[in-house]
Amino acid sequence: MEFAEHIKTANVEDVVLRQPLQPPSRGTLCITGHHLLFSDREESDSRQVLLLLRNIDAIEKSVENLTGYSGFFSNASHSERMSGSSGTITMKCKDLRVLQLDIPGMEQCLNIAHSIETLSCLDCVSAMYPFFYRPVDLSLPEQWGLSSPEMHYSQMKELYEKWRLSTVNRDYSVCPSYPPAVIVPKSIDDDTLKKAAKFRQGGRFPVLCYYHKKNGMVIMRSSQPLLGANRKRCKEDELLLQAVIEGSDKGYIIDTRSMQQAQQARMTGGGFESKSFYDRWKRFHRQMERGKALQESLIKLVEACGDESNNMDRWLSKLENSKWLSHVQNALSTAGLLVECVERDGHSVLVHGSEGTDCSLLISTLAQLIMDPCCRTMEGFLGLLEREWIQARHPFQQRCAHSAYSHARLQQESPVFLLLLDCVWQLWRQFPLALGFSEALLLRLATEVYASDYGTFLCNSDQERCALEVKERTHCLFRALLRPTERDYYSNPLYERTELAIWPSVHPQSLQLWKGYFLRWTQQVRHLEEAQEEIRNMVIEWGKLARS
Amino acid sequence: QKYYHYVHLFLQVEQVRLLDRFSNKSVHGTLYLTATHLIFVESNSNNSASAGHEVWILHHHIASVEKLSLTTSGCPLVIQCRNFRVVHFVIQRERDCHDVYSSLLRLLRPVCYEELYAFSYNPKQNDQQREEGWQLIDLGAEFERMGVPCDQWQLTDVNRDYKVCETYPRDLYVPVTASKPIIVGSSKFRSKGRFPVLTYFYQEKKAAVCRCSQPLSGFSARCLEDESMLQAISKANHNSRFLYVMDTRPKLNALANRAAGKGYENEDNYSNIRFQFVGIENIHVMRSSLQKLLEVTGTRSLSMSDYLVGLESSGWLRHIKAIVDAAVFLTRAVTVEGASVLVHCSDGWDRTAQVCALGALLMDPYYRTIKGFMVPATDASYYSIRGLYALRCDQLDGDPKEVSPIFTQFLECVWQLTEQFPQAFEFSEWFLLQIHEHVHSCQYGNFLGNNQRQREELQLRERTHSLWAFLMSEKRNHLNPFYSPAYSEAHPVLEPSTLPYHFKFWRSMYHQFDRSMHPRQSILKTILTLKENSRKAESTLQALESRLQQLGVVPVATSDPPAPPPTRDQLSNSHSLPPRPDSLILGAPINHKEVQRHEEEDEQEEVGEEATESTDTERTVEGSSGTESRKQSYGELEGTYNSDLVKEEPAVVSLEFGVARMTC
Repeated sequence: MEFAEHIKTANVEDVVLRQPLQPPSRGTLCITGHHLLFSDREESDSRQVLLLLRNIDAIEKSVENLTGYSGFFSNASHSERMSGSSGTITMKCKDLRVLQLDIPGMEQCLNIAHSIETLSCLDCVSAMYPFFYRPVDLSLPEQWGLSSPEMHYSQMKELYEKWRLSTVNRDYSVCPSYPPAVIVPKSIDDDTLKKAAKFRQGGRFPVLCYYHKKNGMVIMRSSQPLLGANRKRCKEDELLLQAVIEGSDKGYIIDTRSMQQAQQARMTGGGFESKSFYDRWKRFHRQMERGKALQESLIKLVEACGDESNNMDRWLSKLENSKWLSHVQNALSTAGLLVECVERDGHSVLVHGSEGTDCSLLISTLAQLIMDPCCRTMEGFLGLLEREWIQARHPFQQRCAHSAYSHARLQQESPVFLLLLDCVWQLWRQFPLALGFSEALLLRLATEVYASDYGTFLCNSDQERCALEVKERTHCLFRALLRPTERDYYSNPLYERTELAIWPSVHPQSLQLWKGYFLRWTQQVRHLEEAQEEIRNMVIEWGKLARS
Repeated sequence: QKYYHYVHLFLQVEQVRLLDRFSNKSVHGTLYLTATHLIFVESNSNNSASAGHEVWILHHHIASVEKLSLTTSGCPLVIQCRNFRVVHFVIQRERDCHDVYSSLLRLLRPVCYEELYAFSYNPKQNDQQREEGWQLIDLGAEFERMGVPCDQWQLTDVNRDYKVCETYPRDLYVPVTASKPIIVGSSKFRSKGRFPVLTYFYQEKKAAVCRCSQPLSGFSARCLEDESMLQAISKANHNSRFLYVMDTRPKLNALANRAAGKGYENEDNYSNIRFQFVGIENIHVMRSSLQKLLEVTGTRSLSMSDYLVGLESSGWLRHIKAIVDAAVFLTRAVTVEGASVLVHCSDGWDRTAQVCALGALLMDPYYRTIKGFMVPATDASYYSIRGLYALRCDQLDGDPKEVSPIFTQFLECVWQLTEQFPQAFEFSEWFLLQIHEHVHSCQYGNFLGNNQRQREELQLRERTHSLWAFLMSEKRNHLNPFYSPAYSEAHPVLEPSTLPYHFKFWRSMYHQFDRSMHPRQSILKTILTLKENSRKAESTLQALESRLQQLGVVPVATSDPPAPPPTRDQLSNSHSLPPRPDSLILGAPINHKEVQRHEEEDEQEEVGEEATESTDTERTVEGSSGTESRKQSYGELEGTYNSDLVKEEPAVVSLEFGVARMTC
C-alpha cells in the first residue's frame, strides 16, 4: 500500500489552526499516511496536534478565488488575487470536534484536502494505522484481548453441570460470525447445533451469553429463525431451546422488532418462534430502532447541537425530532424488561432481532450491567464488551465507517455502540457509585471505536480478524486501558461495589442528553470536567491522608 | 405515641388509599387532619412492629384540593401542593371525603396574617436568639460592603414615613446630586411612585444598578425632574457617558401600556440614555407556562417525544433563558462597559427583581455564598423594595390572577447557573430547595408581608423567627463540596452561556417528591460524607497528638501507649453525622418529617425503579417498613445519612491513620 501517491504536498508552512477551546495558532502542517501533524513552532513551548486521518469524518474546503469563478463574482484583477490566494479546510471529526486550517496557497490547500479526503476513508483494513502503531513502551501482546470463550467458561464453575463448551464452529464453518468456541446446553450435541444453525440467519444459533448466579437463569442470544412464508420448523432448534429451560416451567423470548416487523420478516425468509412449536416460550416484542434510522437520528442530534440560532424552542424541537433520547429510553427500558424476566421473574430469556448483531447485543450488555456486579468493575465492563461486542461480533467496520458529519451515502453505518455508551452513561448518572469506571472511559471508547491506534475495533468478525492477523499484529485497546496509569485515570474514584441490581429509572425526566459527548467541545462542559477532576483529587487526597 | 395523637384532631379517617402518581401502586392507611397539617399514616398489616410511612402536608403548602367523582373503590381526592407534591387519596366513604374536603378548604385559607403558621411556630429559641437571627441581614451594612454611601451616592430620608412611595422601604440610596424635589417629582412620574433607587453598586467601575417602575409617559408626556433624576444617575458614573435603561418587558407590552398613560422612556427626551427591551413575559404568561409544564410532567407513562414536545410548548425553559439572558446583558453592561443601568418593567417588582438579583449574583462572588445569598434572595435589598411578594406566593387568599411563580423562577435561574459553574457557589441544590419550601410554608417571618411598612406593622421581627437563622444553623447540610473560593477569586464575574442546551429541566424541584425519578445514588451526599469523615479523622488525630503531648510522650511506639487508638466501634459511634435532610432532596424540618412511600412499578410497566432484592416477599417487607427498605434498597438515599448506616470504611481508614502515626 503506497500512501505516497495520495500525498502531493506533505508539508505546508505558515498554516493557521483553529480548534475549539484554544486560541488559533500558526505553524507547520504535515500530512503522513495516517496522520495530520500540526506543530506550532513559533511558541517557545511548541505545541503539537496529532490527528488520526481516520478520525476525520468530513471536510469542507473553501478556496478563495477559484479561477473559474473569479470573473463571475468580482472584477478584481486576476494576478492580485492569485498572489494572495489561500484556502480554508474545515475538518469535522468523528469525535465531533471541528477543526479549521487556513492554508496559504490554493494549490497546496487543494492537495492537502485531497490527501485528507482519500486517506481518511481507505477501505483496506490491513493498511490502517493499528497495524503500524508501535509505541516504544509497549511490545506486541502475547495474549490479545482480556479473555477468550474458553477461559471464560473455565472460570465459571457453575456452568459445568448443565453447560458445555462446544467447538463446533472451530473453523468458522457453522457460523462465520461466532467465535470458534461457544457455550451451549450440555445435552445438545454438535450435530444438533449444526442443524439448528441452518435454521438461524447467518448460522447464529442460540448460545449462552450470561449466567445469573443468583438463580441459575440465563440469557441466550441468537438471530431470527428462518421460518419463511411457509412456516418451516426445525426440530433441532426446538430441542436446543427446550434444553435451555430444562427444569423450569417456561422461558421468555425478547424480540427486538415489533410484531408487525417480525411478521413481515417471514416474507423474506425470516420470522419468529411460533407459539405452536415453542409452546413453553413466551414472546415479547419490543421495537428498537436500528440501522439507518439510528444513524439519521445521530446526524440530526449532532446537527441540533451545532445549531447556533440560540433559540430555546428550536433546540427542544430539534432534540425531540432527532429521537435520540427516545432510543436511549427504549434501549434502557427493553434492557429493563430483560432484567425483569431474569432477576425478578426468575426465568431464562432468549434475545434476538433479525441478525442478532446489533440491538440484541445492546440490550444483553445493558442487562448484564444492571444485574451483575462483576460487570460493573472496569475489567468486568471491558470484558463484557469484549464478549458481547468483539467475540459475538458487532460489525464495527461497517457500523462505524462514518459518523454524524459524513456526506457519504449511508451504507451499513449505525451508531449502536454509541447508543450503548450513552445508555451506560445514563446508568452512571443514576448510580454514580455503582460503576467502577468513569465517564472518561466511555468518552475514550466512543472516540476509539471510530478511529483508533489499536486493533480492537477493526474488522467485522472474529473470522476476519484471524484472516488479517489482527491479534498478532496490533495492540489491544482493552489491555492498554488496564495498564496502571490509564486505569487510575479511567476508574471511578467513588466506586463502591454493590451486589444489588441497579434498576435505572426510564422516566423521560430522568434521562438526559449526554453533554460530555455531544457538547464535548464547549467551554461549559469543560467546567463539568473540571468538577469531575476535583472529585477525583479530593478523594485521592483523602485516601492519601488515610494511608500516610 | 405520635405527635398527631396529642394535638387536637379535626378529623380522622380510616381506610384511605394513597395512590402513586406514576404507577399502579397504592398503600392503605389513615388520614389525620390537624390545625396545621394533613397527615397520612400507612397502616402496616403484616409488620406491626415498625412504623408505617407517613406523609405530612402543611396546610400552607396546599395549592388546590379537588374532589373527583365517586368510583367503585371510593371517592378520590387530589391535593396539589405549592412545593410540587401531588397526592392522590381514595377515601372509601363519600361522606368522609366530603368532610376532609370541606375542612381543608376552610383551613387552608387563612384570612388574616395572624393565622399563619409563622406566628405559632416555636423552634425553642429564646428572644435573644431570635433577634440574632433577624440581625443576620443588615441592609445598611450590605450597602457599606458595596462602598455606599460614597462621594456620588448617599442615603436619603425622603421616604422616612413611606410618604413618597408606600411600597419602598425607608432607607433608600440615590445620587448625591438628586435633590428632594427631583426625587419627589420623579416619583410622581413613575407608576406607584417607585422612582429610581440604587440596588447594587459595582465598586470597581463605580457603575450602579438602579431600579424603578415604568414612567407615566403615555404617548407624549415628559417630566423634567425624572429626566434630571436619570441624568444624575448617569453623571454619578464617570466611566461611561451614557446610562442603559433596560425595560425587561417585551416591546409589545410596553407599547400597549402607553395607551394607559404609562409606557417607556423616550430616548429623545432623556440625554445620554440607551434604551433596550429585554422581552421577559409577564406574570400571567409565566403562571400558565408553569401550569402547562406541570401538566406535561405529571402525565403517567410519558413518552420521551411527548415530554420534549411538552417542554417546548410550555415555554418554561424559554422564559428561564430570557431572564438569564437579561441578567447577562445587565452584567456585561456594568462589568465590561462600566456603564450604569436602570432596570424596570411595569411596576418594577417581578421581572426587575429577578433580573437585578440574578445580575448581582453574577457580578459579586459574595452573593454566591450561603450568607451572601440571603441578600439577593430575601427581604434585604431586593425583595423588600419589591413588594407584592406575599401576593405572588398566594399566602393569603388573594386574587388568583396575581399569583405567579416569580420566586421559583428566580431559584431555578440560580440553579441553572450552579449547574454551569459547579465550583462557583458555596451552596448546593438542597439550599435552594429548602428556601423554596419555606417561602411557601409561612413558617418563618422572612417572606410574609408585601413591603417593609406592612412588615413593620405585623411586627414580624418580634413575633416570628427568621429562616436564615435556621439555614445558617444547618449550614453544613447545604454546602456545595465543590465550592472553591479560589475559583471565585479568579472568576469574580460569571459569564454563563445561554445557549439553549445549557438549560435543563429542574427535576429535583418539580419532581422533588417523586422519588422514583431521581438518581439512586448521589455524588453530592457521598462527597459530603467523605469530607466530613476526613475532617473528623483529622481532628481525631489532632486530639490524639495533643493528648500525647500533654502526657509528655514522644510519639514513638511504646510498650504501653497512653492513648489507645479508638476501636472501630468507638469511631463509628462518634461518627454520627450532623442531622442531614431527611427526604431525598429536601430536608424538611422536624415536624414535616415523613418517610415517603417507596415506589415500585409492577412488571408490565417497563423498567422498574430502584434496586431491590429480587423476590416478592422481600418487596412487601420493603413496602411496609421504612428502615428495612433503606437497608435493602439502594434507592433510598436518606439511609446513607442515618448514623446507623454511615459507611464504615472511612472509620477504618481513620483508625489506621491513628495507628500509623502512633507507632512511627
